[in-house]
Amino acid sequence: MQLDEFFVTGEPLIYAGMVSIALVTISMLFFLTYYKKWGWLWREWLTTVDHKKIGIMYILSALAMLFRGGVDAMMMRTQLAFPNMNFLNAQHYDEIFTTHGTVMIIFMAMPFLIGLMNFVVPLQIGARDVAFPYLNALSFWSFLFGAMLFNISFVIGGSPDAGWTSYTPLAGAAMSPGPGQNFYLLGLQLSGIGTLATGINFMVTILKMRAPKMRMFQMPIFTWSTLITSFIIVFAFPILTVALALMTLDRIFGAQFFTLTGEGMPMMWANLFWMWGHPEVYIVILPAFGIFSEVISAFARKQLFGYKAMVWAIILIAGLSFLVWVHHFFTMGAGAFVNSVFSISTMLIAVPTGVKIFNWLGTLYKSKINNTVAMMWALAFIPSFVIGGVTGVMLGMASADYQFHNTYFLVAHFHYVLIAGTVFACFSGLVFWYPKMFGHKLNERLGKWSFWFFVIGFHVCFFPQYFVGLDGMPRRVFTIIPEWMPLNIISTVGAFGMGVGFAIFVFAILYSYRYSEREKTGDSWDNGRTLEWATPTPVPFYNFATLPHIDSQDAYVKLKQEGKTTFEEDEVEPIHMPSNTGQPFIMMAFMFVSGFGLVFEWMWMAIGGLLAVLVMMIIRSFDYDEGFHVEVDEIKRTERSARRL
Amino acid sequence: MKNINRLFKKGLALLPLSMVLLLSGCNSELAVLDPKGPVAQTQKDLILYSVYFMLFIVVVVFAAFTYMVVKYRENRPGRKETDYDPHMHGNNKIEVIWTVIPFIIVIALSIPTVDTLFQLEKPPEVEANEEEQEPLVIHATTADWKWFFSYPEENIETVNYLHIPTDRPIEFKLSSADAMTALWIPRLGGQKYNMAGMMNTHYLEADEEGVYKGRNSNFNGEGFTKQTFEVYAESPEEYDQWVSETQDQAPELTQERYDELLAPGLTEEHEFSSTHLAWVNHGNPEGMDYAINRHFEKYGELMHLESHQDAEDFMDEENNDDHESDRDH
Amino acid sequence: MSSHELKTGPLEYRTEEGRLSILGFWIFLGAEIVLFATLFATYAVLFGRTADAPSPGELFEAKTVLIMTFMLLTSSFTCGIAIHEMRRGSVKGLRNWMIVTLILGLGFLGFEIYEFVHYSHEGATLQSSAYWSSFFTLAGTHGLHVTLGIGWVILLLIQLTQRGLTPKTSRKFFVIGLYWHFLDVVWIFIFTSVYLIGMVV
Repeated sequence: MQLDEFFVTGEPLIYAGMVSIALVTISMLFFLTYYKKWGWLWREWLTTVDHKKIGIMYILSALAMLFRGGVDAMMMRTQLAFPNMNFLNAQHYDEIFTTHGTVMIIFMAMPFLIGLMNFVVPLQIGARDVAFPYLNALSFWSFLFGAMLFNISFVIGGSPDAGWTSYTPLAGAAMSPGPGQNFYLLGLQLSGIGTLATGINFMVTILKMRAPKMRMFQMPIFTWSTLITSFIIVFAFPILTVALALMTLDRIFGAQFFTLTGEGMPMMWANLFWMWGHPEVYIVILPAFGIFSEVISAFARKQLFGYKAMVWAIILIAGLSFLVWVHHFFTMGAGAFVNSVFSISTMLIAVPTGVKIFNWLGTLYKSKINNTVAMMWALAFIPSFVIGGVTGVMLGMASADYQFHNTYFLVAHFHYVLIAGTVFACFSGLVFWYPKMFGHKLNERLGKWSFWFFVIGFHVCFFPQYFVGLDGMPRRVFTIIPEWMPLNIISTVGAFGMGVGFAIFVFAILYSYRYSEREKTGDSWDNGRTLEWATPTPVPFYNFATLPHIDSQDAYVKLKQEGKTTFEEDEVEPIHMPSNTGQPFIMMAFMFVSGFGLVFEWMWMAIGGLLAVLVMMIIRSFDYDEGFHVEVDEIKRTERSARRL
Repeated sequence: MKNINRLFKKGLALLPLSMVLLLSGCNSELAVLDPKGPVAQTQKDLILYSVYFMLFIVVVVFAAFTYMVVKYRENRPGRKETDYDPHMHGNNKIEVIWTVIPFIIVIALSIPTVDTLFQLEKPPEVEANEEEQEPLVIHATTADWKWFFSYPEENIETVNYLHIPTDRPIEFKLSSADAMTALWIPRLGGQKYNMAGMMNTHYLEADEEGVYKGRNSNFNGEGFTKQTFEVYAESPEEYDQWVSETQDQAPELTQERYDELLAPGLTEEHEFSSTHLAWVNHGNPEGMDYAINRHFEKYGELMHLESHQDAEDFMDEENNDDHESDRDH
Repeated sequence: MSSHELKTGPLEYRTEEGRLSILGFWIFLGAEIVLFATLFATYAVLFGRTADAPSPGELFEAKTVLIMTFMLLTSSFTCGIAIHEMRRGSVKGLRNWMIVTLILGLGFLGFEIYEFVHYSHEGATLQSSAYWSSFFTLAGTHGLHVTLGIGWVILLLIQLTQRGLTPKTSRKFFVIGLYWHFLDVVWIFIFTSVYLIGMVV
């Protein structure tokens, strides 16, 4: 293979990308070396098994991915507003919408939420870590290396270009030769391993490690949504694993699953993909619902309305999510009966979702709404999501869907639910739990600016797309006819508004790091309702010195009333904690090497990497490290200084 | 900030209103809401029917939301003590109501949906004053990135355009020589997939004469955006005349010529006085690997297609290729 | 993260860590069921799509498959005995029965490799048609699981010699017992829905 085949050449935009990647890498290496931070990086982050640090790393990576996916989005919007400028050609546009979709769903939305889960859930249920801390680190590194494998396709080998759905036969070896599509398959496969492990980890954590006496129906609603999400992950991700593996066999080893030759069946891919893909949509929306519930009840200073109905609605939505996948291809011609069944099951999802919307409104009734930035994101979610929801029901009506399918009407719909749902939740949750994570709040004034830019930009961007869709504009076209121009230009203006909003958000992070007042108590917002606010800030690595007995929802409200804390001095006992380890990082680095080899079909590299992974697993099997105990004195010292006693 | 705050809330309340305005204002212009045939008409009616329900939901939720957000702000002047009840945990009666009403709406939407689903599987029903006609069968086959329309009874074939008579149902037989695509003529009705190795049946009909835009609406690679065609809906007499002209004047389609056209790339409009169905039907399992076996190497090649380019820009190149291959023989 | 150790009950359940791991592994097996179910579904969908390759009825040999089934079923039984011995506290019983399990597993694997090589000589490979792709993927995934299981048992036997029976080693043996029985169950489905139906149709 020639070097110019290995690197992507001939595109000025990509050269610029390469240069900036090189510069960022060099400056990072320089600063780490100059400030002698290598040891710090290794000890504190790369080898950590602490769920809080892992959560933070997830969130930071997700923000970086949001930036990448966002740049993709703005490039697409630029092309569509000025189609005659030849900013992007067809091929480049195809690559960009493919990576935009994949990055946003797999490497942004999911990791962001998993990051918040990691940080918050153990604190909410009074656990000292997740059930399998080692596995948790493994999950994170598998995600990060998977994301890196996918992202280097941008400069090395060429990006995938068959859409994030990668329908066969288009995505097969015959019609999409070269490494691009392999990057998609292996990047997703690698990060999928981690997601599955996270699902198992959180199921066990929530089922088995709740604070003494905490019953299931006393768990905070975000924990509930995490539990149900974990169930969906465990039952949906193996389908993706198989689907990706089969296409990998097709592309690299010449199997005939989805090919046009050898009596293959291309349509099976669409089925397998959406049997995972639809539950996946709920994997990214249910935790968002959980976050909104927490934030709304905290800043409305009021108990969540209809807690049990909320929980059952989540469970029902999760169940239905496995029964609606055909609605992604009503137009495949499966017949009126099949389409009727899936049409009805799809629309039924609106019922539990509606219940949740009304319960949030019920929570606001007779409340004291405190308009902080976190709350504003949560409030903006309700009307925005309702628009996305009702158009979703319209799409669910199969016979009408024949006119909506694969148009901008659909694009507008899923951005309305995914941005107003998932992205608003990520921002809301991050702002809400930020003081717990970093010991200071995000600047509220900057937060409000970023909020307004983003939310108004969002509506300006996506609302017109419903209409341009009804006017017959299909998705994934790289140039448009004059009739569609005005609405497209409005859309682009909105997209750049969102870009400004995101930039202000990032600036707020840097600004607050420097200027925000440091937190003095653990209950940053003065109205914390759940256990995470009972811990001091910064949270000690063992989380809880003593575990409170829980006998009600909103455990911390009760503790405050009773004047109890999570540091009852006379009850402190030594705490057993797991040791840090570099194994997960190294193991997944080898996995990355193996995946990279497979992308280019360099078998020696693929097999070599895999053997190294096996060796790492053997080392792990012989690893009888028992962790260590934190002694009572040390706990008391830490707690006293953290609580300023 | 406060002012913007209030402004935004007003704006939110105006959203549903603007939706109505936009819908009614654009009614005559938006392709999907400007039907020129019974199928599209049925779908438009269903869409508008659903829009009324959706607007009702949006209005209810937005009104309730605005009320809550305005009334229960912590620092609203004139807040009363009774406006705060932190221990309210639910209310069975109202929760049952807001579960049942959406359920009823779902039922109200399901019935016409299912009804139209079954209708769309058959040729559109004739109106009272018209006589029933046999549907006109047209095989619509896609190959990267063009459309072949074969009229088996008339024994003609067109590329990238088609003529249809008005007031007669058209029975499209959809299939693809390679990637999955979809036939969509928004003003005549919704879309359906074309797939290799299987055949979908899709009924459409035009009431009005005119030229309508049609396209492939399912992404299938580099030339996707340009994979469009035009539908000439004309009176039965004009249509018959066009058919006989084509039969008389157009060249015959040879397998060699067809294979050439099948190669991935863009092409202009063509017409022939015979169909490719004589030697291959991509809708049969046997026709599934026809194109890929012949052009395997060409699927990976890039056209470097830019937005101002059309089929003509690539035709020269294609012709040159032909000459080269001729010389090779 | 409690390190309190119970004094009664099966050794593998005495520590919190043991209990968590075993529950986690059960959930993992749930995910594995979904994985194999997807492969079975793929196989069912592609059944009969043999293109130009021979049909399964021409290639499947009842004798080989019966021997394989017999070996794997027996290995599951001996694995059960091994765990029973572990519960009785017998290191020797556990070790010996595990070795028997291992030998039977290796035998199964040998026959499977022989079978695959034989089919490929007859013109049925992963590449030859959709049906054979799905067959080799389904049976191969099971075979890969057995291979990993064998490697895993070997590692655990070494650890058993080094450390004897502790809550941790016994938890590990208990978990691999679950894994091994699971592979047996999957094989029963492969035997009936792939081989028996393949031979009849």
